[in-house]
Amino acid sequence: MREALIDATDRALIDRLQDGFPICERPYAAAAHALGISEDDLLARLRRLLEVRVLTRFGPLFQIERMGGSFVLAALAVPECDWQRQVEIVNSFPEVAHNYRRQSERDCPFNMWFVLATETTAGIASAVRRIETACGLPVFVFPKIREYFVDMKLSVRT
Amino acid sequence: MNAPLDDLDRRLVVATQGGLPLVARPYHELATTLGISADEVMSRLARMLECGLVRRIGVVPNHYAIGYTANGMSVWDVPDALIDGLGERVGALDFVTHCYHRPRCLPQWPYNLFAMVHGGSRSEVLGKVAQIAALLGPACRAHDILFSTAILKKTGLRIGG
Repeated sequence: MREALIDATDRALIDRLQDGFPICERPYAAAAHALGISEDDLLARLRRLLEVRVLTRFGPLFQIERMGGSFVLAALAVPECDWQRQVEIVNSFPEVAHNYRRQSERDCPFNMWFVLATETTAGIASAVRRIETACGLPVFVFPKIREYFVDMKLSVRT
Repeated sequence: MNAPLDDLDRRLVVATQGGLPLVARPYHELATTLGISADEVMSRLARMLECGLVRRIGVVPNHYAIGYTANGMSVWDVPDALIDGLGERVGALDFVTHCYHRPRCLPQWPYNLFAMVHGGSRSEVLGKVAQIAALLGPACRAHDILFSTAILKKTGLRIGG
């Protein structure tokens, strides 16, 4: 299924546009030229890749910490029988930027891991309290103490 | 560096956090929406990139869709006195995409070093995690790997308009 979703041009596009995108009057034309395709083709490919969810986003990626805000990793131990309801509750919060189901190799009970993104540092504590109330479960937070390395770029392997 | 946004920066964040317009002149379209000139939109975005408010402008792929079907969050309990040196070395491994020192949460969570490892298969990730274990050696007192089994949400930042 995955193979059918993207062709060689899409792969080149995804790899190249993880590095950056021009700021100029016709940025798609400039990026398309570098890929050897037309501006219309690039726009059509981006629309399609976003629609089929090969891409989850296209645009500026903001560093909220540089704007006085916070990103914080948090976890919940959700009972299996209540899973779907709790997913809907947690995802309904706009402060939840990402949410993943994770399974431990060693029986750790934390199975839902999400990232809170808020415009102010105080917004995190408020979001945590509201999520705890809505879910009826304790939220465990893992704010970063130090960042050693971050590079979200991954080259296409399909 | 933690400069609060001015009102126009904030409106620019709100207008673009869902994505850049998919039209030939996206910065001109934003300018029309915000009631400012396209030059102002472009110079503000360029400045935000320069000072790190914007990490980059570009695509965010779904890891699964581009071949990284195994995504493991490896977590390690190492002595606090050694963590910075070890964290730098683990973060420097070419297959680690994020590496952080985070607090323990005892008794449920003894781990203080987090390293994300992505691969095309579970065994590939396990092999990479074994390389981290070898690097840490006896400094590692316990570890776990939490593989992601579903993306439940991935919208990114959303601040109020």
